[in-house]
Amino acid sequence: MSDGRALLEVEGLRRVFDVSKPWLNRVIEGHRQQFLHAVDDVSFAIPAGRTFALVGESGSGKSTIARIIVGLIAPSAGTIRFDGADIARIKNPSEMRQIRRRFQMIFQDPYASLNPRMRVADIIAEPIRAFGLLGDTAAVQHRVGELLALVRLDPRDGLKYPHEFSGGQRQRVAIARALAGNPQFLVCDEPTSALDVSVQAQILNLMRDLQEQFGLTYLFISHNLAVVRHMASEVGVLYLGRLVEVATTHELFSAPRHPYTRMLLDAVPDLAMTGRVRTPVQGEIPSPIDRPQGCHFHPRCDVAKDRCRTEAPAARSIGAATVRCHTPLGA
Amino acid sequence: MAEAPLLSVKDLVVEFPTRRGLVLRAVDGVSFELRQGEVLGLVGESGAGKSITGAAVIGLLEPPGRIAGGEVRLKGERIDQLDRGAMRRVRGGRIGMVFQDPLTSLNPLYTVGQQLVETIQTHLPLSPAQARQRAVDLLVEVGIPAAERRIDSYPHEFSGGMRQRVIIALALAAEPELVIADEPTTALDVSVQAQVIAVLKRLCREKNMAIILITHDMGVIAELAHRVAVMYAGRIVEIGPVRDVVKAPRHPYTRGLMGSIPDPAAEADRLTQIPGAMPRLNAIPSGCAFNPRCASVLDRCRRERPSARVVGSSEVACWLDDEQLRRSDLQAVVAR
Ligand SMILES: Nc1ncnc2c1ncn2[C@@H]1O[C@H](COP(=O)(O)OP(=O)(O)OP(=O)(O)O)[C@@H](O)[C@H]1O
Ligand SMILES: Nc1ncnc2c1ncn2[C@@H]1O[C@H](COP(=O)(O)OP(=O)(O)O)[C@@H](O)[C@H]1O
Ligand code: SF4
Ligand code: SF4
Ligand SMILES: [Mg+2]
Ligand SMILES: [Mg+2]
Repeated sequence: MSDGRALLEVEGLRRVFDVSKPWLNRVIEGHRQQFLHAVDDVSFAIPAGRTFALVGESGSGKSTIARIIVGLIAPSAGTIRFDGADIARIKNPSEMRQIRRRFQMIFQDPYASLNPRMRVADIIAEPIRAFGLLGDTAAVQHRVGELLALVRLDPRDGLKYPHEFSGGQRQRVAIARALAGNPQFLVCDEPTSALDVSVQAQILNLMRDLQEQFGLTYLFISHNLAVVRHMASEVGVLYLGRLVEVATTHELFSAPRHPYTRMLLDAVPDLAMTGRVRTPVQGEIPSPIDRPQGCHFHPRCDVAKDRCRTEAPAARSIGAATVRCHTPLGA
Repeated sequence: MAEAPLLSVKDLVVEFPTRRGLVLRAVDGVSFELRQGEVLGLVGESGAGKSITGAAVIGLLEPPGRIAGGEVRLKGERIDQLDRGAMRRVRGGRIGMVFQDPLTSLNPLYTVGQQLVETIQTHLPLSPAQARQRAVDLLVEVGIPAAERRIDSYPHEFSGGMRQRVIIALALAAEPELVIADEPTTALDVSVQAQVIAVLKRLCREKNMAIILITHDMGVIAELAHRVAVMYAGRIVEIGPVRDVVKAPRHPYTRGLMGSIPDPAAEADRLTQIPGAMPRLNAIPSGCAFNPRCASVLDRCRRERPSARVVGSSEVACWLDDEQLRRSDLQAVVAR
């Protein structure tokens, strides 16, 4: 499926939020302006037909990256290239529409992302009509039926409203809608986090089938490492806005290079009940508004050196992996 | 002779009358026992009846929910018929509680110390100074760093994981024999979850305290529980030692459930898939409630409800015979 060509390339992506108190309060109470670095110098590339996963704990910047990529919020810096084209440089609106059609997003909460007053058939048909993909009503109807079948729903389900469906069925509707414009690239932000495991299994299997069938490329966001391991070919680990490690799924899980990655893997419950020895989790995630100097992970790192407290490690390549640590594990 | 169980729940039925005159059965004939120092996991997908079972045990069912059958005994004494005052003394005294959302369980207007001291003095005859000392000790016990100083902080000044530890400290205030923890780690990140699991593990070992651990997360059960009860549509379908249920599940639903969980320690191409979803309370199938989703379904499953019977070291509610339930390749049958 993959010819190694990157469909999406993200370089030096940054997003800073101004979280200061209102100007007047700052003047009166003497507060400084405060900035939150939600995404800080993030770079990765996703080959066509593959799944790249972003993992990280709450507040690490996963959703912010997703929202920047699909154009819901603007980056403070950095470039996003889709199929070789720098998205920020596309000024022609019709060209932009063409590009936008080619990537779609699926959200965590399938209920909030579907209009409760629209019938499911109309929800799915919306992008077809918006992009002017099919002319006559009969063709649109036929296509909606096809899409419903694709996500293993009954074509008659199109007449129902979102509230008549279970959580898993609603996520199928969201997927059908995302597929309506024949996209090549799907950004999936925690697509199964709100679902029960047996329903999650149905959706994950479906997503893999669709990927195979249509050669789809996924950016898959999750905080669940087991799900990521199941879905992704490559994984990026985020900590306080920075990508601390990017590696193939196999490498990342079998030989993590970054101390934070190792800590995360050790924290995952031992479902196989192997009783393997694990390092206990140290400390807590610091506030993203007041990130530690140097390597952000140093207060919790069991192999931190003096240098880590002052000097931020640059991203460096080790084999096929990229790691942001002065002294990567196993190097 | 066997030691009397700490808690015994027998044929518990919980009903919710609706405005339309219908009666919904959220818990339908649940029985289990718990020994001192034992952690029993109550696991299942959402709507299985886990929380309602927990709430019924501690007398916290929200009206119009009511216990419509069965009994709950603490050290042999019935507690399901106590009046409100007596039940309040049991709750927080002999039975502690930990809920999912630390923000709603803590009062934002009072410091952590004030809330701990109040709970301690409600249940133990201590002076204010003694109660405060005990509060500090409790915070140390659940792993709050610099407890002496942090005790005067307000809940919002704590991180999610620390707030959850404060909730655990509150549950422990009166040295209960049993703690009911409903999704105690569900809202937490994995690293924080690991810390809370470690605290619960240590407390249960050191204090010989029993825990009913309610969760939808089999991983948390595998880490913490000694025994586990799997719930489906208000009933327990399988109950047994955690290792048996996790590694060699018998009941077709438990098998499907285990197969549908991505294994963090292995790569697999496809997950086992159970068709459909948990039924709503107003549409629970007759016979075995799992029958429309079960690949091994027999005729009788649609008519008659299976009751639990002993299979190996577990109890299983299923019409398949012992030999079929023991087959490790029943999975192949389930996958159709
Ligand atoms: N509009 C905003 N204004 C200010 N801060 C924001 C805004 N959006 C996000 N943030 C902050 O940016 C950081 C990253 O947020 P983001 O939503 O990307 O995290 P996440 O990794 O998706 O977390 P979760 O797992 O909880 O979904 C957080 O600290 C968040 O509070
Ligand atoms: N107040 C209520 N009125 C009617 N039904 C309820 C009420 N509370 C819970 N239920 C139903 O009882 C069933 C079991 O709920 P619960 O114990 O919360 O499940 P869980 O296993 O997810 O904790 C669900 O179907 C739920 O919808
Ligand atoms: S740079 Fe230093 S503190 Fe950061 S992860 Fe590496 S060793 Fe630890
Ligand atoms: S009783 Fe019948 S339907 Fe229920 S789990 Fe057993 S075989 Fe399946
Ligand atoms: Mg998010
Ligand atoms: Mg619940």
